[in-house]
Amino acid sequence: MTSPVRIFMSFCMTVLTFVAVESPIKRASADPLVVDLSNHLVAITTGFTGTDVLLFGAVQHEGDVIVTVRGPDQDMVVRRKERKVGIWVNAESARYKNVPAYYASASNRPMDIIAPQSILQDYRIGLENQRFIATSDNPDTDQEVYRAALVRNMQNAGLFNRRPAKISFLSNQLFRTDIHFPANTPTGTYTINVYLIRDGRIASVKTTPLVVSKTGISAEVYEFAHRYSALYGIIAVIIAVVAGWIASVAFRKR
Amino acid sequence: MQIYLPIAEISVNIFLILGLGGGVGFLSGLFGVGGGFLITPLLIFYGIPPAVSVATAANQIVASSVSGVFAHWRRGNVDLKMGLVLLAGGIVGSTVGVWVFAWLRSLGQIDLVISLCYVIFLGIIGGMMLLEATRAIFRTRRKGAIRRSKKHQHSFIHGLPLKMRFYRSGLYISALLPLAVGFFVGMLTALMGVGGGFVMVPAMIYLLGMPTGVVIGTSLFQIIFVTANVTFLQSVQTQTVDVALAILLLIGGVIGAQFGAQFGARLKAEHLRALLGLLVLSVCLKLLFDLVIEPSELYSIMPGDL
Repeated sequence: MTSPVRIFMSFCMTVLTFVAVESPIKRASADPLVVDLSNHLVAITTGFTGTDVLLFGAVQHEGDVIVTVRGPDQDMVVRRKERKVGIWVNAESARYKNVPAYYASASNRPMDIIAPQSILQDYRIGLENQRFIATSDNPDTDQEVYRAALVRNMQNAGLFNRRPAKISFLSNQLFRTDIHFPANTPTGTYTINVYLIRDGRIASVKTTPLVVSKTGISAEVYEFAHRYSALYGIIAVIIAVVAGWIASVAFRKR
Repeated sequence: MQIYLPIAEISVNIFLILGLGGGVGFLSGLFGVGGGFLITPLLIFYGIPPAVSVATAANQIVASSVSGVFAHWRRGNVDLKMGLVLLAGGIVGSTVGVWVFAWLRSLGQIDLVISLCYVIFLGIIGGMMLLEATRAIFRTRRKGAIRRSKKHQHSFIHGLPLKMRFYRSGLYISALLPLAVGFFVGMLTALMGVGGGFVMVPAMIYLLGMPTGVVIGTSLFQIIFVTANVTFLQSVQTQTVDVALAILLLIGGVIGAQFGAQFGARLKAEHLRALLGLLVLSVCLKLLFDLVIEPSELYSIMPGDL
């Protein structure tokens, strides 16, 4: 695999020539924003312990950049423990739809300085502007508390970032940031949005997909376990019986 | 060295899991128990999802029981007829258990039920073992004489219908009794990821009145098929059996058991039982402690599309 740094360097060279040639001709239309990833596929292999993906890009004119990474949506149940007869048991719960399985954001400066709250809300940028639709059957549950608990749990699992990561500008035009994917990263198609913001308005948006998928033996085992679950069960039993038999034979020889 | 478990969907330290299997294998070799009741809580403590821990432990117990049963089979210590009756109950019980497991999981109460089952059973068994072993230790110290309880006491048990003759065990009892024991233990296998030997062995000795010699072999025989059934059903219903994890535990377990058995031969039986009782009680207390003290995080999340 080519190193992300080398890709990044060659990309920078291309962009620099592009900027040098193009900059005299000012275009009034869409603000040029170029973005790419060091890797569009995060492969979860048997040795997977988490990985970083390098996002890099260039803007033609100075501006602020925000990056959001959103994993596939899923339903989530949040349960609250209560003390009943001396022990802590799951009692009340709230159910949420469209909770991203992963969420991270990054910006070159604090987001509230870059853009007004209304813009961030409209574009649903940042963790606090994610709207999770509650489908709880119990209307009494305190949605604010449950939502906070959901976010906290996801942060503890490393799947939501605690605070926006840093985007660093190498010149006024080139920027880069690392997106971290932990060992328990869920599989699916991720959406990465890059916003170019100038004067508190969104000047340009680029969307790029990222696929997280299992590959190699672990993917095949998982696939097999779900598709041919009966056969998987039988094989699991056979492996155990054979292993037990081998162990008993080895044991007898001693 | 990390390895990504395909079904548990987390990456674990390969040596830690091997060591865990080895440690439990050592204890099972030392005490002559299956060790499922230790494997499952330890996997949960490590961070493996409880559902995967329970289902995978069942798979691992298939192997440890197979390796144990051969020696007993060669010595004729397996009461096949009794084993089959227990097994009939066990198959039904474990099937019901897997179903109950899936139902509790959808309610979000499976973790609680697993913990509670452990606290109750480990508490009772560990306490009894410790008590009995300490008595035995003091008795042998005072004098050699051991008082035996009357063997053929008559109770309501002998009034039950469907009487069957079990020649190998020298028993003439109602088939309903071993069926019920098998059913109950089968449910425990599905819910707790244990072979259930620690419940079945005392039940066979004290409830059914089987001679001690055939108890271990017969229970191992039954456990093989019940845990195999649970492995199969969990694979089909919940897809929570992690073969990679099971193999790692197995390798560690087999090696550990060899050392355990050698080490165990140097210790006195009563001392072994007292130690095992202590061990069982400490696992029980740890689980009880986790249930009773206020958790630092009151909220938990789980994907809702189960």
